[in-house]
Amino acid sequence: MSGTDWYQSRFADFEQNLNGEAQGPVHQLRRDAIAHFTATGFPTSRDEEWRFTNIAPLTRIDFELAAKTDEPATADIAPLRYGLPGPVFVDGHFAPSLSQLDALPQGVVVKNLRTAFIEDADLVCRYIGQDAMSEDQAFTALNTAFVQDGVLIYLPQGTVLDTPLHTLFLSTGAKANVVSHPRVLVVAEAHAEATLVESYGGLGVEVYLTNSVCEINVGENASIDHYRVQREAPTAFHISATHVREARSARFRSTSITLGGSLTRNHVHTALMGEGIDSTLNGLYIENGSQHVDNHTLIEHAQPNCQSHEFYKGVLDDEASGVFRGKIHVHQAAQKTDAYQANQNLLLSDSAKIDTKPQLEIYADDVKCSHGATIGQLDADAIFYLRSRGIGHREAVRVLTRAFAGEVLDRVRIDGLRDELDRLVTERLDRAAGVAP
Amino acid sequence: MLKIENLHARIEDTEILKGIDLEINAGEVHAIMGPNGSGKSTLAQVLAGREGYEITAGSVSYLEKDLLDLDPEERAREGLFLAFQYPVEIPGVNSTYFLRTGYNEMRRHRGEDPVDAMDFLKLIREKLALVEMGESFLKRPVNEGFSGGEKKRHEVLQMAVLEPKLSILDETDSGLDIDALRIVANGVNQLHAPDKAVVVVTHYQRLLDYIVPDFVHVLYQGRIVKSGDKTLALELEAKGYDWVKEEHLEQTR
Repeated sequence: MSGTDWYQSRFADFEQNLNGEAQGPVHQLRRDAIAHFTATGFPTSRDEEWRFTNIAPLTRIDFELAAKTDEPATADIAPLRYGLPGPVFVDGHFAPSLSQLDALPQGVVVKNLRTAFIEDADLVCRYIGQDAMSEDQAFTALNTAFVQDGVLIYLPQGTVLDTPLHTLFLSTGAKANVVSHPRVLVVAEAHAEATLVESYGGLGVEVYLTNSVCEINVGENASIDHYRVQREAPTAFHISATHVREARSARFRSTSITLGGSLTRNHVHTALMGEGIDSTLNGLYIENGSQHVDNHTLIEHAQPNCQSHEFYKGVLDDEASGVFRGKIHVHQAAQKTDAYQANQNLLLSDSAKIDTKPQLEIYADDVKCSHGATIGQLDADAIFYLRSRGIGHREAVRVLTRAFAGEVLDRVRIDGLRDELDRLVTERLDRAAGVAP
Repeated sequence: MLKIENLHARIEDTEILKGIDLEINAGEVHAIMGPNGSGKSTLAQVLAGREGYEITAGSVSYLEKDLLDLDPEERAREGLFLAFQYPVEIPGVNSTYFLRTGYNEMRRHRGEDPVDAMDFLKLIREKLALVEMGESFLKRPVNEGFSGGEKKRHEVLQMAVLEPKLSILDETDSGLDIDALRIVANGVNQLHAPDKAVVVVTHYQRLLDYIVPDFVHVLYQGRIVKSGDKTLALELEAKGYDWVKEEHLEQTR
């Protein structure tokens, strides 16, 4: 069965099993989405936006919706939690017994989307699919068509989360060729503040697909610090779309760390819809073996007097390949925009490869925009300097690579998360350098 | 300690060292002087094992070993130290880590256990005093944002930590004001001992007022064309290099 027919038939099954939930505005959204997906199908490398990422290995497989499995033991998932409380999903299904949702400030809502579809229908319907459009995004359409479990994070006006909230999407990898469609909806009203971690982890060895969509609304003067940590199993496909809509004087900061998966595509779209916004996108990808990672970002300056900063770094070893496409779109109204973008890549082997393409599209005349992309090897002078102090060649390479990645890791403001990421990155680089841990 | 015989080295197609002969014994301080482009820094780099130079002839024996056969880190572990003319800035690597890792490599090489962070801190405090540096240096990335003088003092600090047998100071005086020069020279002098040797590579006599050499050699066009005691440095300072060049031309004519 071809891709679209397969998912259409899966949708029919899915719809039948929804019973009472197959009604209302959310279900109409699902039906529209599957119709869009059927009409457009998967993108191909002829599609400009997907030119450097071949998804044929993914589209060749007919993925089944992941069924609910036995929940893994709390101890097994502990290393993936970074000591942070929040909801846990296993193979796309909400796992209340693993989740930790107590002690939230008054008014703050963190709940399974499936429940929110019923209990908070007005709120959800106002925001879901607002920016994550199914029309021209096949994977977003698929996610929306099968949307069920996921997380709603609602921060009413002026609420402040003191502790970072961590939403963990775990794949057991127990069964081959299954897909989950995680969905995250964040609504932060005016003056709300929170640090949110959205992370993905894989435990098994079978091939699976995570197709996630996250929508974040940052209200006036609200502040959201968002971390996205991808540690899927080496066999996994990971496709994600993150859409952020920011209102006047909002502060938004995203840090996206990609370590796992065989093929990863992260699309991030920020829309700066008011004046005085400060928006930051940080990214780090560390790839080896035959991993492929594609970071695709679009920063849209729609209003004047906003700042955006984008800083992505990559380390690629072995036969790993990567893509960075960063577009900054400054609308005509967006005078006094200050936008900065940098993408720096370190290639540790002759076979590693990166395609980096910064793109500025500027329609306003009084703006400050800069971008820079670098692809390089480690500084030979620095290696010699370290060696001349008795530090071995491998160790010198490891230290300098760690320092390169450290520039992004040091921007992680959650101590426990930063330490763990630091450990993981160091471990990964030790392996690359052939140093026993 | 070090014996260089007929050393020839080139970088790509340019021959820079054209037959160096030099012998250095424990306890001695040698100065290598010479005009710009004479090959002084190349000699220092070749001895430390910098890649990119091709040795076309000659030999270097160091403590009974074939020096040219050793990797840069092995040379360092055997007690050879190069104070860089241009110390490299390494963002993201803090100075303590850098110093301690080097120090522990030396210990490991001698069959000793590495020291932990606490013990190292005790050790480094003493060494910092030697070069009049504050502890705040330790938290900063290696050489990043250091002034010229700070970088050179940091080189001497590394020398103090690694306790080399043979130290080569490559233009350590360049870019130093008189106070920094005094601090650097004082550090080097205090670290000197009868079982150690120092090679000072410099363009000017100035540093040699503070680090007094037993021997002075003039390097010109890739060869040592004249050797003498410390008075040779004073003579060069007074008369410049031209007379040495002329003397050399006459000899080779």
